[in-house]
Parts: sequence; structure tokens; C-alpha cells
Amino acid sequence: MATTTPIAETRTAGQGETPGADGTVTAGKTVTAAAAHAARIEHVSKSFAGPAGQQLVLDDISLDVAPGEFVTLLGASGCGKSTLLNLVAGLDRPTAGTVTTDGRPALMFQEHALFPWLSAGKNIELALKLRGVPKSERRGKAEELLELVRLKGAYGKRVHELSGGMRQRVAMARALAQESQLLLMDEPFAALDAITRDVLHDELTRIWRETKLSVLFVTHNVGEAVRLAERVVLLSSRPGRVAREWTVGIPHPRRIEDTAVAELSVEITEELRGEIRRHGQH
Amino acid sequence: MASTDPSVQDRPDIAGLEAGLDALESRQETRTLFRQTLVEKVLPPTVAVLLVLAIWQGLVSFGIVDDPTKLPAPAVVWEVVRQAWLQGDLLGYIWTSVSRGLLGFCFALIIGTPLGLLVARVKFVRAAIGPILSGLQSLPSVAWVPPAVVWLGLNNSMMYAVILLGAVPSIANGLVSGVDQVPPLFLRAGRTLGATGLKGTWHIVAPAALPGYLAGLKQGWAFSWRSLMAAEIIASFPDLGVGLGQLLENGRNASDMAMVFEAILLILIVGIAIDLLIFSPLERWVLRSRGLLVTY
Repeated sequence: MATTTPIAETRTAGQGETPGADGTVTAGKTVTAAAAHAARIEHVSKSFAGPAGQQLVLDDISLDVAPGEFVTLLGASGCGKSTLLNLVAGLDRPTAGTVTTDGRPALMFQEHALFPWLSAGKNIELALKLRGVPKSERRGKAEELLELVRLKGAYGKRVHELSGGMRQRVAMARALAQESQLLLMDEPFAALDAITRDVLHDELTRIWRETKLSVLFVTHNVGEAVRLAERVVLLSSRPGRVAREWTVGIPHPRRIEDTAVAELSVEITEELRGEIRRHGQH
Repeated sequence: MASTDPSVQDRPDIAGLEAGLDALESRQETRTLFRQTLVEKVLPPTVAVLLVLAIWQGLVSFGIVDDPTKLPAPAVVWEVVRQAWLQGDLLGYIWTSVSRGLLGFCFALIIGTPLGLLVARVKFVRAAIGPILSGLQSLPSVAWVPPAVVWLGLNNSMMYAVILLGAVPSIANGLVSGVDQVPPLFLRAGRTLGATGLKGTWHIVAPAALPGYLAGLKQGWAFSWRSLMAAEIIASFPDLGVGLGQLLENGRNASDMAMVFEAILLILIVGIAIDLLIFSPLERWVLRSRGLLVTY
């Protein structure tokens, strides 16, 4: 928990700035604490065998996530953001470069991916069991995690009895049950309606601040990226490269309609549009 | 962990908003009333059976089929069944066949399950025997009776061999298609939770494949029963005890059409009853608990 101190400092420093002031570009930012990485992506490339030979999806990506940091990866279709997340999750291997994480990261998908043969509580308990938590402690921990995502009393509920938002919260609780230092999220709220998504943004922010987790969050929604993140990383498409980074110093709680959030979103959207436009020119 | 850090401020309305959304969007489970089940599920088949009986009776009463050696009246068949019951033979016929069928099915289960798992998970085995296994399903199990008699003689092992050859492919194929249909998302989610290798098979693949496996079991039972009846009819032998298939064959030999009808009806009823009492409830329970059974 000692690692939380520098983060708290970063956050205070961020709050001192004018919120969203012309999006501070921090590409090439040096990290002083060398060991302090929740995830370290170094010169990672990934290609797949396609119909036209080897297809480069990710090209020389370097990105660090500091402990307790919330980073969003933003990009249009074909930028390989999900591929990158799979590499960090250890579900796939990079063609070149290295990915270092502290233990196995937790991963949340766009679909809730809860197991329908288990109740909400048992889904969480399975994660605990696979992590080696003794049987006597599982039930209590699962209830605690459900309370954290404000689903007290949903322990015995079957997945199909829950709404979309509730399912994603159970999925979040299951991911948290892994007690990993790093939470990877692959567009987890993309399939939800606007109001539910807004509520879950608040919940995620609250949980992130309570648990002091590091989060790497993939999205194509600029507003979402700015609302949630401390740092927004824009990827270019085909192949995916780090195009630009912004540090978001806007204090929480944020709302998508806040002027600072909206201003930074407009700026990032312009940049994203520029990236997309390049592909129509040849 | 759940203790709230005072620096972490909620927007005050969030908890209430969330509770409202949860309440609005949760699906309510409705249980069907007993009377409704009666009207929707029991009434239609009862009407259908009564209609068939009425047509049968009509064929006899109006002299459309005039020969009782070809079509006995329902009452005559009923009387044969009643006599068998009063003489204490009826349960004996049924038990001889059902015990054979269920025991044979259990053997098929023990062989078919690991076989299906092997075919599903080992590429070489799948390429080698997968197509044969599917092909065997379309081979009528009657075809196995003559070779089984030659190899094993007229005894119970022959019956079990025929049941196995009929049911094992269905059970194995059911498991294979169950495993094939496991959504890749579940496998990925399982892997991120640490369920790899045997743990993955046990915690993720097996429960996810269960509906397909159960469908295979259901079909496996139908095949077991059909194979057994074929074996009993073709290879009837007094020392084997009289099962339902032998009863039918005995009726034919004695030109006793009422007995033949009795046997056919019993074979039908037992086959349906086992399915209704064991396999259908099991399948419904599994599907319902996963929200896969839509009730109108």
C-alpha cells in the first residue's frame, strides 16, 4: 500500500491545474520510480496471418501503467486495442517486444461473461476458489464484494434474472475477487444504455479510488475515456501505434457534461477524426 | 474493503438512481399456476389420445376393419392388459425390459462419456473416429442383432451389446456437440480467472457443455430402448425371460393380435414414461436454471 502515496500526489497536482487546460501532452514522460509499474508494455508488435500474408496489427507500442493509475486506450476500429489488452492479459503472445505485469491481471469484457450455471455469488466464489481462497472464507468475501458494487442481496440471483447493468457489476465484483493489482477492461459498458453507463462510470470511479487499483480501460468512446481516466492514450489504426497522450487533471466527481470534460473530449475527438481521415486518403 | 473512504465522494443521487434502474430492469420470474399447466400441458395430449381411441373404436364398431385377428377392439386389448396385470405377469414383462434397458444405458453412459470427451478434446481422435461416430448414429441398431447373436449367443450380453452400439454414439456425439458449443468467451473468461487445463475442463467446459450432453443422454435413452426392443423381438428365446419385445413376438407367433397390441402399447408407454420421468425434468431443470427455457 506504500505505492499509493505518489499517486495521491499526482492526483493533487492534477487538481491544482486548470481542469482540462489544453490537454497536457505527456508523450515520452519519464517515470521516476523504476520498479513501480502495474503493467509495462515495451516495444510490442503483433501481427496475424491474414489473407494477404502477415498483417501488422500493433506496431512498436510502449506504454506503462503506474500502480493506482487509470489509463484509457482510445482508438477507432482496427487500432488493435483489444489485441493489446489480450496481450496484457496473457491470453496471447506478442510477435515482438515484452509485456510485464505484476501477477495475472483481471479482465472484464464487453459481454458480462458470467457463467449462467452459477448464481451471481457463486460466480464470484469461483474466482476466489481458483485463486486458492479457503472455502470457509469464500462466502463472506463474495458478499463483501457484492456490497462493494452495491448488489447486496443478489448473492443467490441467477445471471438471467439480473439487468445488463447489474450483470456488469457482478462481473466487476468477480474481477475484483482476483485481487489483482491491475484491472483490464475491454469496452465493458459499450452494450449498456446511456443512463446505466453513466451510473456505472460513477461506480467504477468510486471503486477505483477505494481499492486503489490500476486500470487499463479500452474504449472507442471519447467522452467515456475523458470522464474516467487520469491519462488518455490515443492509438492510430492499421497498424496500431501510440498517436498521442493526454493527462486528464479534472477533479472527480466528473460528469460527461462538465465543461472541462467536454472541452478535452472535443480536442481528442478532433485528433481521432484526423487519424481516421488519414485512412480514407489512399 | 467496503468501508467508504471519506475522500471518495459519491454523487448523492447515485445509489438511489442505481437502485431504481435495478428494480426497473430486473426480470421477474413468474411461476405458472397448477391449473394453467393442466390446461396447457395435460389437456392437449389427453384430447389427442382420446381421439385416436375414438377412431380405433370407430374402425371396429362400424365394421370398416371387420377382422378381429387384424384389428382387435380397444376393449379387447384392455382386457388382455388387465388379465396380465391380474395374473401378476404385467410388471414382470415391464421389469425384464426396463431393467435391461436401464442397465444397458448405464453401461453406454460409462463408455460414451469418456469417449465423447476424448473426441471433443483430442484433435487426432476426433479426426480418426469423429465421422464414424456420427455415421453410426444413422445405422439402425437392428443391424447389430445378427452379428451380436453370432458372436455372443442368445443371452443377456448380446442384448447389452446391441444397446451399447445403439446408445454410445448418441451419448458421445451429444457431449461432443455440447463441448463444441461452449462459447469461446467463457473459455477466455475462465482462463483469466485461472481455470486452465483440467481445472478449466471441470469448472468451465463441463458445466457449459451440460445442456448438449443431456440432449445426448435423452437421445441415447431413446436409442437404447429401440435397440433393446429390436434385440428382444429378433432374438427371443424362452430362457431369457419374457420382456416386452418377446411378448410382441409371442403374440405374433400365436396370431394373437390383442397381445401384439398390448406389447406395442406397453413399449410405447414405457419409453415415453422414462423420458417424461427422468430425462425431460432433468433437461428442463438445467435449462431453466440458466434462463434458457422460455415459457409462454
